[in-house]
Amino acid sequence: MSYIVADNLIKKYGHGESAVSAVDGISFKIKEGEFVGIMGESGAGKSTILGMLGAMNAPTFGRLIVDGIDIYQLSQEQRADFRREFLGFVFQSFHLVSYLTVIENIMLPLAVVKVRKKKKREMAEEAMNQVGLSGKAHRLPSQISGGEKERVAIARSIVNEPPVLLADEPTGNLDTKTTRGIMELFGRLNQGGMTIIMVTHSPDCAGYAQRIIKVSDGKLVGYYSKKYANA
Amino acid sequence: MTLKTISIRNLLRRKGKAGFVLAGLVVGVSTVVGILSFVEAMTSDINHKLEQYGANILIVPRTENLALSYGGLTLGGVSFEMEEIQEQELTRVSTIKNSKNIAALGPLVLGVVHVGTHKALMAGVDFKAARILKPWWHLKGTVPEENGVILGAESARILKLGIGDPITIRNKRLVVSGVLQPTGSQDDQLIFTRLVTAQKIFNKNGRISMAEVAALCKDCPIDALVKQISDVLPGAKVMAIQQVVKSRMETLAQFKKFSFGISGVILLIGSLVVLVTMMGSVRERTDEIGIFRAIGFRKRHIMGIVFMEASIVSGLAGIIGYFTGFGMAKAALRIFSGNHSGHIPFSIELAVGAVVTALIVGLISSAYPAFMASRLDPNEALRSL
Repeated sequence: MSYIVADNLIKKYGHGESAVSAVDGISFKIKEGEFVGIMGESGAGKSTILGMLGAMNAPTFGRLIVDGIDIYQLSQEQRADFRREFLGFVFQSFHLVSYLTVIENIMLPLAVVKVRKKKKREMAEEAMNQVGLSGKAHRLPSQISGGEKERVAIARSIVNEPPVLLADEPTGNLDTKTTRGIMELFGRLNQGGMTIIMVTHSPDCAGYAQRIIKVSDGKLVGYYSKKYANA
Repeated sequence: MTLKTISIRNLLRRKGKAGFVLAGLVVGVSTVVGILSFVEAMTSDINHKLEQYGANILIVPRTENLALSYGGLTLGGVSFEMEEIQEQELTRVSTIKNSKNIAALGPLVLGVVHVGTHKALMAGVDFKAARILKPWWHLKGTVPEENGVILGAESARILKLGIGDPITIRNKRLVVSGVLQPTGSQDDQLIFTRLVTAQKIFNKNGRISMAEVAALCKDCPIDALVKQISDVLPGAKVMAIQQVVKSRMETLAQFKKFSFGISGVILLIGSLVVLVTMMGSVRERTDEIGIFRAIGFRKRHIMGIVFMEASIVSGLAGIIGYFTGFGMAKAALRIFSGNHSGHIPFSIELAVGAVVTALIVGLISSAYPAFMASRLDPNEALRSL
């Protein structure tokens, strides 16, 4: 059974004749534990799809079902709970909170969870170790490199051990070496059982995924397995 | 990591903005505390001074006759057809429950006398009590001895008498020891002598025509005092001079209303400062709030962060504002009271009230910004970068 089912997702902005379709009838299925890349040129609708998968951007038409739950039948607050419990989100440009330290940024999803302080710290340190950030706990985001910021963002997204990780151009601002490190990290997380959906325009990054969904002008133009990632 | 951590860290990061909100609330709270403390102290002082300003209770003999005078015009000598009060009975007034509220008790003996070709009203008074009962008296000369009199300004003019002049009243030779400065009251037309002297002249030994009482009304309502005195003097009619009491209370009440009004306006301005600053802060934190919503914070969590920040700043403003206002009130009292030492005691009620008021103002003012922050669409907020 598919874990994530996107059923004829349409997203229009505006009204009437001037309405623009950012996503125009996209359907796909993702299995549990799969690593899927979403590729396309700029403006293809990749980030819009990710926003919809992230329960943050309600489609104009269509359904999104995750683990049997029709996400957009939930209320806004229930979707917030869903995001907290099911999803980890790695944003473009990291989106770290500038006045919180590295470890505080990582613990952010736990701020509204009823867990003991000591347990929160342990979870955050575990996440830090997984992403290779030991020793940077008390630095501010302004005191770490771009690659380290990306690792902080990833650690934050996995601290509460979500089953699904959504990543929007996670290596867009990074150099080649750091990009490779990040993608290898994603690979390890996926091997650990995490379902990963990653938006990228980089064929090299897409090569780490098991399957590629290619989109263009808001439409799905093809599925490719790993070996055809550069097609 | 809790919402409180986020709130505190944000306040520490945006010290300037937090400081601005704090300053706005401190100014508001300190001004309110200062005004209220100052008004309270001044009210006590004014009340004390007003209570020194003459009699506010009259004790007259009970009579079945109706008054035959109106607006100062008496028709007939009916005012003396009433029974008199025994002077000895007045000592019972010191036994009432609120005897400490009696500042002065002044017996009077009244009678008509002839001086030359003129008729005049003579009053025998207790000159010691008169200092409290008639503080508007300014005497040129001296308080009379047993064979002396003082004249009201008008009676001195009409009788053509001055200090040191002899005056014969009912075959008794007396000397004018003083003349009162004009008072604008009926006293200008009277001749005053010692109570004992008047009682001898009018053959009313041990009796008085009426008594004036100066009562301190602050902690005891005037009506209660009137009742207590009536209970110990059943043969007398005891009346509060309502106009005196009422106008005094009205003056104080208006003073207080004015100060409350000013306080309300200042608090409103303080709350607007909080509102505008918090709205600006929410706008600046659009991306941050977007992150919070995206990672699963509910609307109430977002509102909680904003309210917590407002509470921390407001609570602090309440404490600082109280002590600043307290200091301001003490300084103002010293300036406006002249030689008055100015005592404003520390009031735990006002301190708690200041903190609670600051919290309420801060929370109400940040309600709209908190609501707006919680409504931010995470998708829109994150796209704003």
